[in-house]
Amino acid sequence: MALTNEILKQKLTDKFGEQLTEWEEQYALLTARIPADANLKVIQYLFETEGFQFLTDLTAVHYPDRTGEELCVVYHLHNLVENIRLRLKVYVPVEKPDVFTATKIFSGANWMERETYDNFGINFVGHPNLTRILNVDEMDYFPMRKEYQMEDPTRIDKDDEMFGRGGSI
Amino acid sequence: MSEQQHIQLAEESLAKQSTTLNLGPTHPATHGVFQNIMEIDGERVLSTVPTIGYIHRAFEKIAERRPYYQVTPLTDRLNYCSAPINNMGWHMTIEKLIGIQTPKRVDYMRVIIMELARIADHLICNSVVAVDTGALTGFTYVFQWRELIYEIYEEICGSRLTTNIGRVGGFERNFTPVAWQKINKFMEGFPKVMREFEALLNRNRIFMERCIDAGPISAERALNYSFTGPNLRAAGVDYDVRVAQPYSSYQDFDFKIPVGTTGDVYDRYMVRNDEIWQSYSIIEQALQKIAALEKEDPAQKDVFYAPESDAYHLPPKEDVYTKMEALIYHFKMIMGEIAVPAGEVYHGVEGANGEVGYYLISDGGRTPYRLHFRRPCFIYYQAYPEIVAGGLLSDAIITLSSLNVIAGELDA
Repeated sequence: MALTNEILKQKLTDKFGEQLTEWEEQYALLTARIPADANLKVIQYLFETEGFQFLTDLTAVHYPDRTGEELCVVYHLHNLVENIRLRLKVYVPVEKPDVFTATKIFSGANWMERETYDNFGINFVGHPNLTRILNVDEMDYFPMRKEYQMEDPTRIDKDDEMFGRGGSI
Repeated sequence: MSEQQHIQLAEESLAKQSTTLNLGPTHPATHGVFQNIMEIDGERVLSTVPTIGYIHRAFEKIAERRPYYQVTPLTDRLNYCSAPINNMGWHMTIEKLIGIQTPKRVDYMRVIIMELARIADHLICNSVVAVDTGALTGFTYVFQWRELIYEIYEEICGSRLTTNIGRVGGFERNFTPVAWQKINKFMEGFPKVMREFEALLNRNRIFMERCIDAGPISAERALNYSFTGPNLRAAGVDYDVRVAQPYSSYQDFDFKIPVGTTGDVYDRYMVRNDEIWQSYSIIEQALQKIAALEKEDPAQKDVFYAPESDAYHLPPKEDVYTKMEALIYHFKMIMGEIAVPAGEVYHGVEGANGEVGYYLISDGGRTPYRLHFRRPCFIYYQAYPEIVAGGLLSDAIITLSSLNVIAGELDA
């Protein structure tokens, strides 16, 4: 029987119970939130038992307003046999952004995690070489975080007040 | 003159048996800004450490301040050898977010453009593999035909390399008669050229000896490294987004997915060659389908965008000056008053190098809250040290060109 979002959700709930929360399905893609200390268990289970052996994408998002869980690491997994995708999210506080590395399961996670570290400062615990990859080594901040604005906020020759978001973000 | 300064060598450097070779970042054989610091023993590569990021332009950050229609030119500059596929992928991502259904004719027109882009990209990659093995003729020969593809883009959107082609919901203008003529001219002449190109290389003893068993990767390793596209298929996995998650009406087309067995340079070359033929056949089918649509209903000739998408792409300038509606849409778009639903969407398209994915988070505002590009080059280039370790230095060079690593996509 083909694996569908409902069956997958049921299986994951049976296995991990209350650990998986915030289920949603947007544009036919099942999404779940996993606690930071259980991310490897869930991914390992999905890899070995449910055939999610392909890591499509790994990135992060910064939500400055969500106090205590500002950073969100997003995994896109793909089961190529059943042709079904799954999105997993791990929220961590910006003061202590520790997430276990997926490099032991997916070799391809290596650079994706380095890029995420480079841009957001997520500390992937156990990563073999967690160094900057795209930005210069001397950089001492994480540029994709929302507090770093695209343009110099002190510029006065460009007034964005009338254009959507104004000068804030 | 002062006392001579002696170079201080590290203690262990005297005992070292291997040579450190700095290949790149600007080396004629790397076709882009890639640096590899290699440890070589004679001609054998022991290990290599790639350095990337030389042309990192922070597109994801820039996109957070750009309205949706202004992100399209950023996508051009990812894989600039097949920019239209990136453009279309981005348009389709927004269409998915908003829920726009494009008409069949638009889908087929998009398919034509995307497959032309795939042919152009594969032609470059394959002919460059030939150049790196010492055969320049094929390269110069097929480049005339890549030029013809660029002339088709030029006729449709006005630019050649970084195309910014199409709009959300369709195209900015209908294909002109000249554009159709140029497509037909390409379709007529290309098979002969392609057959000749294949005759030059496919069974060429020297080329085969150079490419077979150079830079192989197994299917398991390729999957574990999240390979996609021709590089994954050369290793023997028949994953193609066009079939797995059809977009732009690819389900209407009849085509094969070529796969290899060993994932070496020769397999990658052959898979790309076969894909060129498949793309050619897809364009042929698309032309027939469009002709059939127009025969059924002559009014179809004027369909080049989805009617419900008017509010999301800039209207033609002449309409802005003469029509009230168009003026309102233009004003709203420029001032950022466009209502885009909040939501998270991932959309993947089969780029020339693999799955190009757009992970877009919208908070309903004028610009993306977060946009992440899944760039196939970035993901598979990390396997390069593993692929070339133990091989010859000259194999490492052709492996780099046959993986088709595009610096723009690598560094975003």
